[in-house]
Amino acid sequence: MSAQQEWPLWEVFVRSRAGLDHKHCGSLHAPDAAMAIQMAREVYTRRQEGSSVWVVKASDITASDPRDKDMYFDPMEDKVYRHPTFYKLPDAVDHM
Amino acid sequence: MTSITLKPSAEVRYVLRLADAALILSQRLSEWCGHAPVLEEDIALTNMALDLVGQSRALLTHAGQLHARAGGPSYDEDQWAFLREERDFFNPTICELPNSADDAAHVRSRPGDFAFTVLRNLMVATWLKQAWTRLAQSTDPEIAAIAAKALKEARYHQQHNGDWVVRLGDGTEESRARMQRALQRLWPYVSELFEDDAIDEAAAAAGLGPRSSELREAWDAEITAVLAEATMSVPGQSPFRSTGRRGVHSEHMGYLLAEMQSLQRAHPGTVW
Repeated sequence: MSAQQEWPLWEVFVRSRAGLDHKHCGSLHAPDAAMAIQMAREVYTRRQEGSSVWVVKASDITASDPRDKDMYFDPMEDKVYRHPTFYKLPDAVDHM
Repeated sequence: MTSITLKPSAEVRYVLRLADAALILSQRLSEWCGHAPVLEEDIALTNMALDLVGQSRALLTHAGQLHARAGGPSYDEDQWAFLREERDFFNPTICELPNSADDAAHVRSRPGDFAFTVLRNLMVATWLKQAWTRLAQSTDPEIAAIAAKALKEARYHQQHNGDWVVRLGDGTEESRARMQRALQRLWPYVSELFEDDAIDEAAAAAGLGPRSSELREAWDAEITAVLAEATMSVPGQSPFRSTGRRGVHSEHMGYLLAEMQSLQRAHPGTVW
């Protein structure tokens, strides 16, 4: 199969039975969105993993450039004050 | 290992007809394992085969209880599946046909033709969906419970295979020609699914389940709709009548059973 005839790649997100959010769990090839949903059901929910499925065409995802990693994410390393760990909680607030 | 002998009541035969339809189609679908056109569909076809084998297991187990209640031996699912003679299988012939639109080519081209496979799956799933819908109201609570669970599976099988039939029928020149060949090959075997006999009458009278003919109207409507979307038309009626549900099978059934039963016949009681 030439690259032109290859089915597009879809990224699959599954919401577990107990979960609130869809989590990325893998990818697959399918001819279109409707078939991608069915294939996702076949490939990624065989063992009762899911109660809802999203698929997104991989080519529609815009990702950050790995080469920008240090510029993007390293500056946060020394800014511990952004974590809410310096507040003293009132006794009435348990289990935070 | 010698075969089991049976004296099936009308009730047992009614249950075996359904159980065998699921079992034999499952065996055919399992031939695709590791051979489907793409990995995703390989999993889809084998998932479907597993759904069908699950349905047949539940029904065969129940058939064993009914057989015992009528004074016969209480056979388990494995005995029903692996130690029965060809004439004692009651699946409609459409389920046992090789995965090929060409009668002569299937031996050379296993696992076979994908268009034929998805079209047969659609036809059988649509038929089973109608059957399960009605059987969910059965006076036999065990049958009603099996049907309620199987109905969800049949609905998905119908959707998935129907989507393929539309894509291929309304696809390229090549895919359309293949789907057309598959339709010509399968259509003569449809009539058998909806023919009534004494077993149907007994089942209807007892409230066990519907007559075969009662499923035809809904089946026709749904299949015609999918074929229309696939820009294909329903072939004309054929005078041919297949007879698998009476235990008189096509020449392909013996080979299928030889493969399916050989292990239990050679090593009785083997488990894994």
